[in-house]
Amino acid sequence: MAATLTTWIEIALIAVGAFFLTVGTIGLLRFPNVYNRMHATSKPTTLGTATVFLAGFVHFGPGDGLPALVGIAFLFLTVPTGAHMIARSAKRMGIPFESNVTWPELPGTPEDDEDD
Amino acid sequence: MATEAPAPVLELAVRAALLLTAGLSVLAAYRVVAGPTIPDRVVGLDAIATNVVAIAVLFAILTGRVLFVTVSLVLAIIGFIATVTVAKFVVEGDIIE
Repeated sequence: MAATLTTWIEIALIAVGAFFLTVGTIGLLRFPNVYNRMHATSKPTTLGTATVFLAGFVHFGPGDGLPALVGIAFLFLTVPTGAHMIARSAKRMGIPFESNVTWPELPGTPEDDEDD
Repeated sequence: MATEAPAPVLELAVRAALLLTAGLSVLAAYRVVAGPTIPDRVVGLDAIATNVVAIAVLFAILTGRVLFVTVSLVLAIIGFIATVTVAKFVVEGDIIE
C-alpha cells in the first residue's frame, strides 16, 4: 500500500511539473517582448523542473535521491541569475520595452550604459 | 529497490511526460529559430536546457538508475554557464582573451 501511495505522489508531482513546463513554453511562444518571454520561461520552468526533481527524490528515497534536492537548490540559484544576465544584456543592446514601461532611474543607481 | 521496474501506471505517466517535454523543447526551438533578437534566442535555448534537465530526471525515474539525476545536475550547470557566457558575449564581444 505504501508503494502505491508513493507511486501516486510521484505521478501527481510529474503532472504538476509537466503543467508548469507547458505554461512556460506557451508564454515563450506567445509573449511579445524578450523581457516578457524571459518572465514567462524563468519562473514556470524553474518550478516545473523543481517539481520533476521532487518526483525523482520521492522515487529514489532519501538516500539515493539526495542529488535531486541539490538540483532543486541549484536551479533556484542559477535560473534567476541567468535571466538577470540576459535582461541586462538586452537592455544594453538597446532592445526597446513595451510602450508604457520605463527603466527605473533612481538616484544612487549606477549608470547602466556606461562604457567599460 | 532503486533498480526495479516502475509500476505500469507510473511508467505510463513518465513516458507521457517525456513525450510532452520533448515536444515542448521542439516548440521552444521555434523561438530559437524565429526569435527577432539575439536575447530571444538565448531565452529559447535556456528553456530548452531546462527542459533537458527535466528529461534527464524523468529518464532516471523510468530506468530506475539514480546516475541520471547526477547527469541532470551536470546538464543544469552547463546550461547556466552557456547562458551567462552568451549574455556577456553579445554585449562585450570577447569572453576569453
